[in-house]
Amino acid sequence: MAKPRTTSPRTPSSTKAAKPEIMSGAAVILRALKDQGVEVVFGYPGGAVLPIYDEIFKQNAIRHILVRHEQAAVHAAEGYARSTGKVGCVLVTSGPGATNAVTGLTDALMDSIPIVCLTGQVATHLIGNDAFQEADTTGITRPCTKHNYLVKDPEKLAEVMHEAFYVARSGRPGPVVIDLPKDIQFADCPYTNAKDKEPKSYRPQVAGDDSAIEKAVELIAKAKRPIFYGGGGLINAGPKASKLFGEFVRKTGYPATLTLMGLGAYPASDRQFLGMLGMHGTYEANLAMHDCDVMVCIGARFDDRVTGALSGFSPNSKKIHVDIDPSSINKNVAVDVPIVGDAATVLEQMLAVWKAKSYKPDEKALAAWWRQIDGWRSRKCLAFTPSVKEIKPQQAIQRLFEKTRGMDCYITTEVGQHQMWAAQYFGFDEPNRWMTSGGLGTMGYGFPSAMGVQIAHPDALVIDISGEASFLMNMQEMSTMRQYGLPVKAFIINNQWMGMVRQWQELIHGKRYSESYSEALPDFVKLAEAFGGVGLRATRADELDDLIDEMIATPHPVLADICVTKEENCFPMIPSGRAHNEMILSPSDQEQQTVTDKGMALV
Amino acid sequence: MTTTDQPIARHTIAVLVANEPGVLARVIGLFSGRGYNIESLTVSEVDEVNARSRITIVTSGTPMVIEQIKAQLARLVPVYDVHDLTMEGPHVGREMALVKIRNTGDKRIESLRIADTFRARAIDSTLESFVFELTGDTGKIDAFIDLMVSLGEVEVSRTGVVAIARGEHVHMPLVRKAKAKRRAKKGADE
Repeated sequence: MAKPRTTSPRTPSSTKAAKPEIMSGAAVILRALKDQGVEVVFGYPGGAVLPIYDEIFKQNAIRHILVRHEQAAVHAAEGYARSTGKVGCVLVTSGPGATNAVTGLTDALMDSIPIVCLTGQVATHLIGNDAFQEADTTGITRPCTKHNYLVKDPEKLAEVMHEAFYVARSGRPGPVVIDLPKDIQFADCPYTNAKDKEPKSYRPQVAGDDSAIEKAVELIAKAKRPIFYGGGGLINAGPKASKLFGEFVRKTGYPATLTLMGLGAYPASDRQFLGMLGMHGTYEANLAMHDCDVMVCIGARFDDRVTGALSGFSPNSKKIHVDIDPSSINKNVAVDVPIVGDAATVLEQMLAVWKAKSYKPDEKALAAWWRQIDGWRSRKCLAFTPSVKEIKPQQAIQRLFEKTRGMDCYITTEVGQHQMWAAQYFGFDEPNRWMTSGGLGTMGYGFPSAMGVQIAHPDALVIDISGEASFLMNMQEMSTMRQYGLPVKAFIINNQWMGMVRQWQELIHGKRYSESYSEALPDFVKLAEAFGGVGLRATRADELDDLIDEMIATPHPVLADICVTKEENCFPMIPSGRAHNEMILSPSDQEQQTVTDKGMALV
Repeated sequence: MTTTDQPIARHTIAVLVANEPGVLARVIGLFSGRGYNIESLTVSEVDEVNARSRITIVTSGTPMVIEQIKAQLARLVPVYDVHDLTMEGPHVGREMALVKIRNTGDKRIESLRIADTFRARAIDSTLESFVFELTGDTGKIDAFIDLMVSLGEVEVSRTGVVAIARGEHVHMPLVRKAKAKRRAKKGADE
């Protein structure tokens, strides 16, 4: 239904009462995506989104990537978002399309990844009637999104589309769902570009409180045993935040540690970096956290994987906590100086105060602190004995790291032992290079995520460090990669066990390995070939380097089956219910450090 | 630094939200999903022009939990403002109850007498029942109901607490007057 054009096309757009253009809802959706700068949408069609797919057919500005499962669409969008800093975009149909997306949405919520997910819905008059492929999508996704919308009024469609992007990327980023009934996609809808319009109610605080920042910087300057503890907030705040974080750390000469989510925010190759902290963090990072007198937490959330037992968490320190989300502050750990704000902005403010007051660190105390840290470091908690015959999983990842050094390389992982080994043995010197499911711990995250990364960076080397069990959870995406010629490499650390489950069963369930052995695994080489990719296998340590070289050189999707020693455990480890200073470093410690009854109940 | 040894206190929290579908589900889902208590919750639109509703929640928890509840509420997208009336100073909280009592004879006379002392009004009556309307703070209503229960068969409907801060400061002002006028004028211009 074309409306007669009332304004001449040359009418300047600045005139206030510019009549909005009228177009179909589906056209409004595509137009809003384009105006938001969306380049790619990961999706899967179905009855309730056909009008949108029809609009996609008619245009070329936005690329659609046809995934093989809606969960993978969300993970791919996450990989895209995390490696670019842009909002990832997903399009799925109603009912099963939406419910399949739920795991991905929850994953994005837990890791604060900006996603806009469009879901089809049955026509408004059918909502609530148990119609075919109907699900209460806004109801189901309410607790697993940052916000969600059900558009019932054609007038509001354009506004909701733009607001969703604002909400997804502002403050602490997160996934936003827009549920789109099919009749709205056909209806005449007005379109106005409200791209920069902020909603009235959601205005996150960006700049930190000046007096709190002064107090914090004074504490930092007077510290004798300080530590910087950075997290995913540094990555989310953009590359500038990592740069400023690095500047502050170097200016002070203090040690720094990062969470799993924060890896890359500070160069892993730098001497002041103590490695990752937490359950499988380094000995030096965890002991420095335990013994510090001033802790500077920026963009991390004192997660249970990081703190260990709260009763023994860094008992003698003053804690400064910078976070954009006020609800992260004082949630698990009471802090002395809370600062609500964006990591980059607050770091800029902190550096300005440091310079203005010409603070100098206490060199003598700092030297003593570093001597203590170097003592912990000399324990070499990540050392392992490489095997000549069999491949040790640590060795596989270490070699992969060494062989890809200096390359334009992005790493994703699945969840489990291989994920922790990747975090320990693969060093990241830049942000946005490391994509892993931290909060939710989603097996099957890495492979589709790598697909999203490869779409964003077509010429880069994108590797999913995987486990054989995790890989099977979203391996169907091999087909997508083949379709779009995406040369993603899956580096499968194959120990034939759900390794982390097996490790915990060994440690706290009397070695009763209940249902954790991967029976009847596929032949990954043949599997790769069946999908039209390339399969490689290494079973001996001396085959490893050649395999990695060949994998890197192959311009197709590769499944590399790395058959590793089967019963290797991931160390160091803080057993659940224990504090940072109660780490086990090796299998021999394991016998002495039993898990408490209370710890047994923890995940 | 465990928080379990901190005292648990009752707080009355006022929340100004956009009156849109699902907003109450968001608030309730937040409380159930994170394991917070709701002792009472009332909600009604207070500004139809700007579609704002005010929710009054009575909850209890340790100081750290109460801080969490407020921060979690404040970060919901349709929430405009959160005020902890208990923390911010003196406030008045009232609820209304409709209490039906079935009895006869002396007990009927006694219930009417007690209703009078509590300034409850009888708003419906049969020969063997009354419906009393009563407003007051939670304690007063509890006391009244306790007395009624000993005098007959009782049915109760309560609103839950609505509350507002004492004093001249307007924390969450209504904006509908100005907006309403402007709208009317705009309509006339066209």
